[in-house]
Amino acid sequence: MILPALAFYLFAAVLVLSGMLVITARNPVHSVLFLILAFFNAAGLFVLIGAEFVAMILVIVYVGAVAVLFLFVVMMLDINFQELRKGFLRYLPAGLAVGAALLAELGLVISGWVYAGPADSVRAAPTPESVGNAQALGDLLYTQYAYVFEASGLVLLVAMIGAIVLTLRSRKGTRRQVIADQVSRRRDDVVAVVKVRTGEGV
Amino acid sequence: MQPVLTDLIPALPEIFLAVAALLLLMLGVFSGKNGTRLVSGLALVALVVTAVLLFRQEGYDVAFSGLFITDSFAVFSKLLILLGTGLSLIIAQNFIAREDMDRFEYPVLMVLATVGMMMMVSANDLLSLYVGLELQSLSLYVIAAFRRDSAKSTEAGLKYFVLGALSSGMLLYGISMIYGFAGTTNFITIAQVLQAGPASLGVIVGLVFVAAGLAFKISAVPFHMWTPDVYEGAPTPVSAFFAVAPKVAAICLFIRVLEGPFGSLLPQWRQVIEFCAVASMLVGSLAAIRQTNIKRLMAYSSIANIGYALVGVAAGTADGVQAVLIYMAIYLVMTVGTFAIIIGMRQKGKAVEEIADLAGLSKTSPMLALALAVFMFSMAGVPPAAGFFGKLLVFMAAWKAGLYPLSIIMALTSGISLYYYLKVCKVSWFDDVKEPLDRPAAGLSWVVTATALVVFPVALVIGTPVLNGAAAAAASLFH
Repeated sequence: MILPALAFYLFAAVLVLSGMLVITARNPVHSVLFLILAFFNAAGLFVLIGAEFVAMILVIVYVGAVAVLFLFVVMMLDINFQELRKGFLRYLPAGLAVGAALLAELGLVISGWVYAGPADSVRAAPTPESVGNAQALGDLLYTQYAYVFEASGLVLLVAMIGAIVLTLRSRKGTRRQVIADQVSRRRDDVVAVVKVRTGEGV
Repeated sequence: MQPVLTDLIPALPEIFLAVAALLLLMLGVFSGKNGTRLVSGLALVALVVTAVLLFRQEGYDVAFSGLFITDSFAVFSKLLILLGTGLSLIIAQNFIAREDMDRFEYPVLMVLATVGMMMMVSANDLLSLYVGLELQSLSLYVIAAFRRDSAKSTEAGLKYFVLGALSSGMLLYGISMIYGFAGTTNFITIAQVLQAGPASLGVIVGLVFVAAGLAFKISAVPFHMWTPDVYEGAPTPVSAFFAVAPKVAAICLFIRVLEGPFGSLLPQWRQVIEFCAVASMLVGSLAAIRQTNIKRLMAYSSIANIGYALVGVAAGTADGVQAVLIYMAIYLVMTVGTFAIIIGMRQKGKAVEEIADLAGLSKTSPMLALALAVFMFSMAGVPPAAGFFGKLLVFMAAWKAGLYPLSIIMALTSGISLYYYLKVCKVSWFDDVKEPLDRPAAGLSWVVTATALVVFPVALVIGTPVLNGAAAAAASLFH
């Protein structure tokens, strides 16, 4: 049982370290890269507690989409990060106070959980015994909640239609590829052989 | 439990309408520039077919492992919603062509919003409630901003979106509280849990949040701030749509949630509803007095009307629910009619929306002025127009339930509202013509005539079947 413990401490240590580096790195691109590392390690922790579905979703959604989006934004926008960092010391006390409040709240939640006697016993089993949790979720999603699932699909469709309706415009002067035009071009129409004498130009 | 064919039959109208929306979308994409008229026409056909499918549904059925319910209440409210959407689609025809909104997505989004509304009134679980509500709201945000080159329309869409997202957040927070303390999201099981023993404080707090989230959608005071701005900024046919179909859907959903799973908490939620009702009636009728823009006037009028409907909800009896359903049916017809007149308000081809622009309507087009007078008298609740009977039913239901102060406030604010409704009539009948209004398009005149005739006198003739339908619908909630 030493191996899972070892893996836990490895993932946890790297997670905390990369979390620190996200906010202290000077280069914003490095920050985003450390964020991705943090996500990967969090996913590793999820695998350790047997929630492989959440782990995969974390990698796919957060690393695959959110972090890459961040990276795009950071690289595309011309933000002066040195300028943003100027008030760091001035805001440090306020930031620490918020952090302390959060920590205290977390402590309360956890102690409430630990000292609530029956909470642990009435807690529903997170995963059924015989099937993996991706399969268990799928079983629920596509049978019992199929109605809501399909309806969510409609909601997403509306979001897509909305985005297109509100933003797509046909601008004047856009150049589109017309394959028929390209194919029907003949060499004679567009290429002319010209004899150029030296020193006279075309 | 596996979803099987028997699950699909109760939801057939919704499934049909959703598939129709997808087909219309494809048709619109491939039919090129002039597809809007075709898609709108076919959307109307789809709505009519859905209504026919609904008429064939009978009795009580629960499908999709308890997520979806159909009963007489759902059928009655869905028919009202379809009527509202259909009429709003007809009166939009001419406008979208003239005001640079001629894109086929407009009818498609309206149909998708209607699917969402139908899912809302058929929700039997907090999950399906939320998904239906979001489907509806998201479509509405987009069509509020549909005239994307107009700053006002974009602003309306953005405002509606931000406040709508806030209300969804409150709703979800309430739902999570209810789930945490009742241990389920299913309406039937929640009702059983609450009947079994005294409700915990968490459920009540959750219920208050859910009620606040839903109050946003029906624009009850104190969650009404968005209404005047959105109604004013959105294109007029969109405001007309907002004023009818989503209002009916949200108030029916409100009734379904309060009377269904939380029926045994009546003393707790009644205070919230009573407060919202009184505040809506007061704000709606007092703030409307100073409006000069007729769309803003209609917005405040809709707030006041929602206040009257909430009086019926607060009664918490089958009579109250029946009264609210009848009230909303009458409200729907007269609001569509009034908005059809507003959409038709053009001077030399340019749309106008000030009350003063109506001056001298009786001289230029007397029939239109007559119809407007019918709608205004009906909204004010003057007998023998239909609006009077709606208010009377709600008043009697509240009185029978022992809500005397509420009923008296309702009668008083109704009297106040008479002032500004009659002001519109006064301007159109007795003021001098400054700039005559253009003749409205044929489709608009048709809708105005039909709705005006329904408000008075047809409602007196066909009243009984509708009353019976609403009674059956209300009874199905209290079986």
